[in-house]
Amino acid sequence: MTVMGMTGDEAVAHAAKQSKVDIVAAYPITPQTIIVERFSKYVADGEVHTGYVCVESEHSALSACIGSSLAGARVFTATSSQGLALMHEMMYIASGLRCPIVMGVANRALSAPINIHGDHSDMMGSRDSGWIQIYVENAQEAYDWTVQGFKIAEDKDVQLPVSVNLDGFIITHCMEGVDVLDDGVVSKFLQTRKPLFKLDPKKPVTVGALCFTDYYFEFKRQQVEAFSHVQDVLDRVAKEFKGISGRSYSAIEIYGMEDAEAAVLCLGSTAGTAREVARRLRAQGKKVGVVKIWLYRPFPVDEVKAVLKNVKALAVFDRAISLGAQHGAVCSDVVSALHTVDKSPRIFNIIFGLGGRDVKPSDIEYVFNEALETAKTGVVKQETSFLGVRE
Amino acid sequence: MSANEKSGWKSLPMAATVTEPGSSLKYKTGDWRAFRPVVDKEKCVNCLLCWIYCPDSAIMRQEKWVEINYDYCKGCGICAHECPKHAIKMEEEQK
Repeated sequence: MTVMGMTGDEAVAHAAKQSKVDIVAAYPITPQTIIVERFSKYVADGEVHTGYVCVESEHSALSACIGSSLAGARVFTATSSQGLALMHEMMYIASGLRCPIVMGVANRALSAPINIHGDHSDMMGSRDSGWIQIYVENAQEAYDWTVQGFKIAEDKDVQLPVSVNLDGFIITHCMEGVDVLDDGVVSKFLQTRKPLFKLDPKKPVTVGALCFTDYYFEFKRQQVEAFSHVQDVLDRVAKEFKGISGRSYSAIEIYGMEDAEAAVLCLGSTAGTAREVARRLRAQGKKVGVVKIWLYRPFPVDEVKAVLKNVKALAVFDRAISLGAQHGAVCSDVVSALHTVDKSPRIFNIIFGLGGRDVKPSDIEYVFNEALETAKTGVVKQETSFLGVRE
Repeated sequence: MSANEKSGWKSLPMAATVTEPGSSLKYKTGDWRAFRPVVDKEKCVNCLLCWIYCPDSAIMRQEKWVEINYDYCKGCGICAHECPKHAIKMEEEQK
């Protein structure tokens, strides 16, 4: 293992390189550009034997990825924001045709107003597209999850596309020390993809067949089944990954939850700030904790239920807005997971960080104190609030 | 073909992949039909215009008249429209 200075984007590109992908088809967009820029350099320098398909749009990029994946190739792409929105149509086709593509998503706000900075609007907009969604906290996790992503996606019981989400600029452009595995270790961990079906003239198959009222529903049910296998497969893959890296992963990561009365639940880079704030507050004797969701789709219902069993107040952070809905998407999922438990914590929703608006430790401390107050009184002052917006 | 003859999600190949060529014969489309063509053998002169026009190749040639393959006939009615002897009537399916 070697520690290398890398941005989140570079870490994802490095992981894709070591994963020996057969095809990359991508289109540049800030703040994802560095991923495919680095990868095109690997191709130009002969460091990889990957077919690099230059395309005219993200719609074409994902289309080329789908074709390649169906042909049996290991495929990687990356995008962000408007690019992901342009892929939206093909995302359902990638998942419906069960293509185990891995995509790096540099999360960025959607227009309008136009903005290039980090929030989760893009992926939350494609939330129901049938992709496994992983949100990472830093460059190390971006590297680790990209490598693990291929193994989860390509598992025979899964066969689903995976998105590895990294907060635009905060992770994509921030340089950190990344503990990188040796090439041979990654090769041995991933091995060569073994597709269940592939395009082969010697054994012809039809993909993308028309299914009307009499068959369509059955294939959606198959996707549900595939999603139900993801967590078991993820745990198995994570265990094996721990063996080669020493780093532990699962569907969620917790801090201070053994005795927390008030907790914060969030995705991505915010978890790092929240954990540091929680550490300081715990040093003052305040019983606070942090739940970070690594695996957002499929949503880890049982883990979330179990970890919040004894929590009295919970603030759910959403870095995207679901206009017209009562809550942001993450909060809706948490409320939905907890609605059958006897003693649900009091829950409130924090919409924050839209368009890359900074979230400072003092902001999170404020939320922790609100949660502690709610834990004491049992009263939620405001069900949904907008942290850091000017009135 | 009734719904209970069709495979469930557990036995269907992943993602609607068709794993062998020439399999369309297995997909019977007769249950799409709202009207069924019925041939009057007395009137049929075996001119085979219906056989030429049928878009689903569902007209079966016989020695002296034609018959309909109801497994695949979707009931479009082109045969009845083209028949110069009005030997084919479209009758509503009763299910």
